[in-house]
Amino acid sequence: MADVTIAAGKSPHSHSPDGEYHSYLENTGKHRGILAWILSTDHKRIGILYLISIFTFFAVGVVLGFLMRLEMLVPGPAGKIFNAQEYNALFTLHGVIMVFLFVIPGIPATLGNFFLPIQIGAKDVAFPRLNLLSWYLYITGAIVIMMSMFWHGLPDTGWTFYVPYSIRTGTDVTMAVFGVFILGFSSILTGLNFLTTIHRLRAPGMSFFRMPLFVWALYATAWIQVIATPVLAITLLLIVIERVFSVGIFNPTLGGDPVLYQHLFWIYSHPAVYIMILPPMGVVSEIVTTFSHRSVFGYKMIAMSSLAIAFIGYLVWGHHMFVAGETQTAQFVFSLLTFLVAIPSGIKVFNWVATMYKGSIDPQPPFLFLMAFIILFAIGGLTGLVLGSLATDVHLTGTYFVVGHFHYIIFGGAVFIFFGALHYWLPKMFGRMYGKKTANWALGILFVGFNMLYFPMLLLGYEGMPRRYFAYLPKYETLQHISMVGSWVLVIGLIIMFVNLIHGIFRGEKCGPNPWGGTTLEWTIPSPPPLENFEEIPIVTNEPYYHPEAEPIKAEPIPVAK
Amino acid sequence: MSEITESNAEVLGHAHEEHAHRDDVGAKMGMWIFLLTELLLFTGLFLVYAVYRYYYTKEFHEAGMQTHILFGTVNTMVLLTSSLTMVLSIAAIQRGKKWLSATFLSSTILLGLAFLIIKYVEWSEEIAKGIYPGSPTLLAKSNGEVLFFGLYYTMTGLHAIHVIAGMTILIFMLVFILRNKITKDNYTKLENAGLYWHLVDIIWIFLFPLFYLIN
Amino acid sequence: MKSPEPDRGMPGQESKTHEEPISYGLYLLIWLSLIALTATTVAVAGINLAAFALVVALLIAVTKASLVVNYFMHIKFEDRIFKVFIGIAGFTIFVIYALTFSDVYFRR
Repeated sequence: MADVTIAAGKSPHSHSPDGEYHSYLENTGKHRGILAWILSTDHKRIGILYLISIFTFFAVGVVLGFLMRLEMLVPGPAGKIFNAQEYNALFTLHGVIMVFLFVIPGIPATLGNFFLPIQIGAKDVAFPRLNLLSWYLYITGAIVIMMSMFWHGLPDTGWTFYVPYSIRTGTDVTMAVFGVFILGFSSILTGLNFLTTIHRLRAPGMSFFRMPLFVWALYATAWIQVIATPVLAITLLLIVIERVFSVGIFNPTLGGDPVLYQHLFWIYSHPAVYIMILPPMGVVSEIVTTFSHRSVFGYKMIAMSSLAIAFIGYLVWGHHMFVAGETQTAQFVFSLLTFLVAIPSGIKVFNWVATMYKGSIDPQPPFLFLMAFIILFAIGGLTGLVLGSLATDVHLTGTYFVVGHFHYIIFGGAVFIFFGALHYWLPKMFGRMYGKKTANWALGILFVGFNMLYFPMLLLGYEGMPRRYFAYLPKYETLQHISMVGSWVLVIGLIIMFVNLIHGIFRGEKCGPNPWGGTTLEWTIPSPPPLENFEEIPIVTNEPYYHPEAEPIKAEPIPVAK
Repeated sequence: MSEITESNAEVLGHAHEEHAHRDDVGAKMGMWIFLLTELLLFTGLFLVYAVYRYYYTKEFHEAGMQTHILFGTVNTMVLLTSSLTMVLSIAAIQRGKKWLSATFLSSTILLGLAFLIIKYVEWSEEIAKGIYPGSPTLLAKSNGEVLFFGLYYTMTGLHAIHVIAGMTILIFMLVFILRNKITKDNYTKLENAGLYWHLVDIIWIFLFPLFYLIN
Repeated sequence: MKSPEPDRGMPGQESKTHEEPISYGLYLLIWLSLIALTATTVAVAGINLAAFALVVALLIAVTKASLVVNYFMHIKFEDRIFKVFIGIAGFTIFVIYALTFSDVYFRR
């Protein structure tokens, strides 16, 4: 990584008269080689460390998911690749890795780390060393989770670690849970850092309502990370305590209440869904305005809807427990509240569409990823409504329908936009452009593969195929096979996309500071960005997304600062 | 990879120094956000307590009779006093009185130690009575009482860990004061350490009535 | 690197603490109140208040905590944003309790 060659930027940097500047990719500190990266407190380098580690685990998670689909080659139980216990371990590890090691740190830790300070006109985050520490905690947590493999066997509880099974199983739940506990700390430190950075380090003139919407999304996300994660931490700690000391807190034979565990778990884990989806929504706002060449429609509404989603996200956790023995009162309350989330989400989608209206749309790869996102996210959202309604949920919960819905939201929604964001910002991060045509092909293959993989799951679930079963009835065979082939197509798409991106990073054409015509601060500095982002801290005088060449939304141009 | 010249390194190094400016309010803000996460951590435990107390009101009442009010009360006083010496230590450093500040801070650390010793004696007595998680004596009791003592050990234990963590931080602060790293003009570290110590105090303020005063 | 206060946030925000030190006497006074409240809560616990016992104990605990937060932890003298932060956390805690009990309360 340290050997990336430097692309010269267009804008001059003050220190040398000949227009040269020092990009963050150059080694300027006292360390060399890999140490210059893993000991660096530069937010950009940490972002890249996260990017590498997160996508490494993503690759592991993809392989596990691929194997799970391959398991469905024959209905079984005879002639299976993995036995039931191994399959349980597979889906647990797939879930734990994808949720806790990939999607939750996801965009905030990687692109957030890289672009949040730049977008608000700061040189770094508020606590650079804490930022590095959070990466080390991430790695430690990941290693601890992996260690469970070599101890008493992989956990087989599913990523939710539901009691009482998780306190009884002989597999190494303690280690895995403790690993997730450490990851929680990493997440908290990132959130804490972002909140303080946004409050303290905005450039002069960068008022809250001049911040890019990506920053707003990260702000809302950071609050969830900070406020919700500790509840998960204590819940997981209680499992460890329960397993080691058997104090009885969640053990029904000692009077404990397993449903209470589910409450505590979802008090974190529902808001965690918004940790996953809010940053992508922020990215969408960036991409949509850049490629429509037009100021975003309803800026304040989008910003506020991020906060609203973060808040409402706290009110709905009970909808994961409709069939868990929750009282009818709670079912009613949580079902009703669940529908509220649709309001701010709808506000966002309408505003994005309104932004495109009369814009001059440039269908570059990031924009096409956004289009794919809107379709997949809409399917995910609609199936979510089906699950949020009490009566239909009773039929569909615990089936493939839930699995399909979840992947449409998280993979089709969050992760597709994560990919889109990579296509949007990698040229900025490395100063080089990937092959755009290949990127479009990769997206097409991904889109086809994705729908082949997950749409049959919705149908399977509707027909009653339960999730987490390693065998199935012969009548499900056709759909299971379509889904399996879909996983192959999806993996091919992923490989093409990553090869294209990585090739672009090292060998792509140099692309200059602003290949897309973006208007936020990161596009005003050279690519790759200089060591401390700004030679001089910018003074911000207008709203974000000011496109002077576009047909204005209002009669007069957007007003400047009062 | 292009190497840079020494003079450039100097320039960049200088930039780094300037970059590492002080933002006391920012530091305090970060600390407060951290404290809120600690608060939420204990909120989870208090929620568990509340639910089980609601389920097993009578049993919690009976079990609460068995904890030592005296130990609990004395420990409350000890922690409150340690909080006082903590703020006095900050007040002293604000006025530039290094040794007074160090003395107050040492008292805080010692009071923390006293708290732990009393806690130790208290737990030992409970354990001597046969009340500890998984013990036959405890398992013979009703479910509600098992849960009460389970929570008693979990919550006071976790609190004690926080006291130990707080003391460790304060010992570092003491060293900083003695080495003039914390001074009249630069005492945010000490303030933040103090904030943490007070949070530990506040958690105890709530633990105390819930475990010792429900007869 | 020419700007005098490179990373300062909004204009007008002070980045270093300039606060009047609080007097030793005020701290002592707060401490005395805390000790007095502790004595009160122990004394009250001896009286049989039935259902109110918990309410009274918690009210006293909240009073003590707010003394610590406001004076020992200086919140009374901090920027408004600190109070907003605490408000956010407090409100979240309230929501968590209320919604959990929307289930638990009806389950017994």
